[in-house]
Order: sequence, then structure tokens, then C-alpha cells
Amino acid sequence: MTIAQPRDAGMASTAPEQLRVTDLHAFYGESHILHGVDFEVRKGELVTLLGRNGAGRTTTLRAIMNMVDRRSGSIVIDGRETLNTPAHHIARLGVGYCPEERGIFASLNVEENLLLPPTVRSGGMSLDDIYAMFPNLYERRHSPGTRLSGGEQQMLAMARILRTGADLLLLDEITEGLAPVIVQALGEVLVKLKARGMTVVLVEQNFRFAAPLADRHYVMEHGRIIDEISAAELPERREHLHAVLGV
Amino acid sequence: MTTIFGIPLMVLFGQLLLGLINGAFYALLSLGLAVIFGLLKVINFAHGAQYMLGAFAALLGLEYLGLDYWLALLVVPLVVGALGILIERVLLRRIQHIDHLYGLLLTFGLALIFEGTLVNLFGVSGSSYPVPEALAGGFNLGFMFLPTYRAWVLVAALAVCLFTWFMIERTRLGAYLRAGTENPRLMQAFGVNVPLLVTLTYGFGVALAAFAGVLAAPIYPVSPTMGSSLLIVVFAVVVIGGMGSILGAILTGLAMGLIEGLTKVFYPEAANTVIFLVMIMVLMLRPAGLFGKEA
Ligand SMILES: Nc1ncnc2c1ncn2[C@@H]1O[C@H](COP(=O)(O)OP(=O)(O)OP(=O)(O)O)[C@@H](O)[C@H]1O
Ligand SMILES: [Mg+2]
Repeated sequence: MTIAQPRDAGMASTAPEQLRVTDLHAFYGESHILHGVDFEVRKGELVTLLGRNGAGRTTTLRAIMNMVDRRSGSIVIDGRETLNTPAHHIARLGVGYCPEERGIFASLNVEENLLLPPTVRSGGMSLDDIYAMFPNLYERRHSPGTRLSGGEQQMLAMARILRTGADLLLLDEITEGLAPVIVQALGEVLVKLKARGMTVVLVEQNFRFAAPLADRHYVMEHGRIIDEISAAELPERREHLHAVLGV
Repeated sequence: MTTIFGIPLMVLFGQLLLGLINGAFYALLSLGLAVIFGLLKVINFAHGAQYMLGAFAALLGLEYLGLDYWLALLVVPLVVGALGILIERVLLRRIQHIDHLYGLLLTFGLALIFEGTLVNLFGVSGSSYPVPEALAGGFNLGFMFLPTYRAWVLVAALAVCLFTWFMIERTRLGAYLRAGTENPRLMQAFGVNVPLLVTLTYGFGVALAAFAGVLAAPIYPVSPTMGSSLLIVVFAVVVIGGMGSILGAILTGLAMGLIEGLTKVFYPEAANTVIFLVMIMVLMLRPAGLFGKEA
């Protein structure tokens, strides 16, 4: 098995579309948060959504999951328009969502948390595969979910969507607040997931983490995508990107 | 005759048994309230009326349809539970996105409607439901006489409580319920049909109340108001136990029944208020309840 190199994005770019978001508007109550977001992700690609705090990246993922109060535009997942799809049917299209706040359940132990999300497709990782990838979780499988350290909780939040067979992963700030070794471990997990052919949308603040993993980067500001940068263009546009992100 | 603190042992055990049986009903009812509150965040004020409907349905079923006790025990919770499902789908669901206080008001209104309708039809005086033949009589335990039906009530109520506890704490469906209680939106994002889960949970909680009603029919007078007086005490039990815990609801229910029974023996004047005194004490020392999680 060879690990896909992010820089040969040529192959991925001819792959069929896994997700296409067009003119997406989203609202929380009366607040209009997304103002026409457009982007697409091809099968097997890893793309990032970059942006400053409050740019609307989390809202974009939540809108895809139908977790906002109101949305309009178009969200096509695996060839199916999902704007009118009820929230509990989105996951069944093969979407796995790892929320920014992690969402580990306190009343469930680690293993129950892992087994909680229903299987949506065949071909998900087995519990054994997952424990092999995250040995810490195996050791703590009988502890209540929220007794884990921040890093372990993040592992758990990722691990539980790998079991379901989802092949489109929406990951929100998975490295936030974690120690460098754990960030590195998560990076290795993402490389393995890419090698398994998973499609990933990665919302990140930690650009140094995301840069070597991603095929393309989208830059968000004020509820819109303002720029798209491929991995190949990254070196010459790094300065510009830093300026936009304010890092 | 053997006495303890000057009280004949037989009287003491008799009252403890009565207390335990009351406690079993407190446990069944507070369990249903806790399950409903967990997922719906609605304090189901119709719970007492739904318990009463269970007892009434058993009584009317026997009188008009010849529905025997054992069948009633099965059919009545299903029918009243189905009514609960209807209430959730048609009424509660429409107001779930606004303040949960409205759910409380709505269920309170429903309780008044159920009670009022039955008072109009049957009056307020209670009727009695015959003890099923197989459970008539009793055992002489030497220190006291144990009516078979009361022993049965205790066993049946505890069995249903434990079954519910097992379902919630040890099964996959129960894990959905616990997780849905914590974060329904994320559960939905995982592909769980949370609206359906909510409907079934309300139906189940209501069915528990109706089951308690059928169990109660042969020992308490069946009247339209039998639920409302009981519900006040059950609310106190729930406050004492804390809303958060299934096992807590069961244990607190039983314990409060026993405390009530003991008080009847030693200081009968306080028997009707002792639970409320405990409630006040608990509220002062542990506002989230004995088993509740401190917010
Ligand atoms: N539940 C909500 N109700 C109202 N406004 C919200 C809500 N959640 C987020 N917002 C607003 O929407 C905007 C976009 O928020 P979002 O969480 O999508 O940003 P983000 O790009 O993920 O940034 P962050 O780095 O803070 O995670 C912000 O201005 C935020 O204040
Ligand atoms: Mg965010």
C-alpha cells in the first residue's frame, strides 16, 4: 500500500465529486452567517477550510450537516442534493462529522462512545483496527468518555466516525489545544485515512499541521470563500496566506 | 407479643410493607418522569392523569369488554402509551423548539382535561377493581400477614423498574437515549432518528405510568383524581432523587415509601408531610438532588 502524496494532486482532481457546495447561505435565528459559500471536494481529496476566528468555517460544516436553523443554496453529497434532507439522513450518505467541541458523551464510557454512531456504510474500520490506531483508547475503554484527557477525547471523537463506514469526513479544529506529539499523531492518522481513500474536509487554525496534508486550501472570510490555493501553489502564496489569516 | 419501641412488630412490618408498596409506585412513576424529562426536557404534568387512565382503562375494560387483569396489564400500557405517542406527535412536537415551560403547561392542561372528562362521566367517587383470582389470599409469615396481591405488586413493579434500568444503562438503544439526552443534535448528525426516539420515549414513559395504574387498580380506589394527589408526592420524590439518574429515581421512590411507612408507625401526624420535609432538607443541602449531577 502506498501513501498518497498530497503533491500529486493531479490524480485526485480528475476523481468524481464527493461534495459540492454552491451559493450556501446559513442562518442562526435572524443572524445571517454564511453569504454564498462555494467549494467542491473530489473523492479522495483532503481540503482545508482556513480563516480567522468567526469566518464561518464551523458554520459551513454545521450547514452541511443540516445543524443550522436555516440554509439555502445547494449542497450535493455524492451526487445527491441534500438541502431538503433531514439531519439524520445526512450521515447515511457516508458523512462523518467531528464537531469543534468534540461532543464526547459523559454518560457513556469510551467503548460506548465508540460504538454509538450507527453504521452508515459497509467498509468501516473494525473496533480492533481502531484500537490498533488509537492504543490509548483501548486502555481506557471502560472509563467515562469525559474522563479522558483533551487529546484522548479528540482521538475518540475522530475514532468513532471511522467505524461507521463514512467516507467523507468533516473535521473541525481537531488539533485545537493539543500537545505537539498528539498533533503529530493525528497527522499520521490523517495520512492513513487518505491512504484508505477517504475524503476529508479539514477546518484548521494550525496551518503548519494542515499544509503538508492537504491537496487544496480554501480561505474563508465573512461567510464566503475568498481564495483557493492548491498544494502546488502554496510555496509562492504562503506570504499572502499568512497575511490573510493574520498568523 | 413482640414489640419494638413499644410498637407491636406486626404493626411495624405491616406499615413497612405498605410503605414499600407505595414506594414501588413512586419508583415506577418517578422513573417515567425522569426518562421523559431526560430526552424531552418536559416535566410531564400529565403523568398522574396517565396513571389514572391506566387504572380506569383496566376498570372499564373489565366492565365493558371482559378484559381480564392479566391481559389489561399488557394491553392497557400499550393503548395509553399509544395515546402518549399521539400527544407527542400532535402537540408536544409543535412546541419543542420554544421554552420547555410550555410543555409543562400543555401537559398540565391535558391532565385537567382527562380528569375533568372522567369526573363528568363517572363522578369523583372511587370504584374498586377486584383482585385477580390467582392473586387472592395471602401468606402468614408468622410475624405478619402478607396479601398475595401486594407481594405481586412489589415484584412486578421492581421487575419493570429493573428492566427499564437495564434497557437504558446496558443496551444500545439505551445508549442512544442517554446520548440523546446529552446532545440530541449531534446524535442526529450521526444518523440517529432523534424525533422518532423522542416519540417512543414519551410513549414509553406514559406506558410505564399506565402500567402502574393497572397495578394500582386492585388496591387503591379507582377515581379520576387518584393520579393528581399521587403526582404531587412523586414530584417531591423526583426532586429528592434528582432528575438525572434512573437508578436514583428507583431507589429514592422505594426509600421515600419506606420513610412514609415508618413515620406512620412512630408519628402518624407527619406521615403525609414527611416526604416534603425530606425534600426541603435535600434542597437545602444538595439542590441537584441525591443522585442528580451538580450543575
Ligand atoms: N449559535 C450561534 N448563534 C448565532 N451566531 C453564531 C452561532 N454560532 C456562531 N455564530 C456566529 O457565526 C459566525 C461564524 O462562526 P463560526 O463558528 O462558523 O466561525 P469559525 O470560522 O468556525 O471560527 P472559530 O475560529 O471561532 O471556530 C461568528 O460571527 C459567530 O459569532
Ligand atoms: Mg469554528
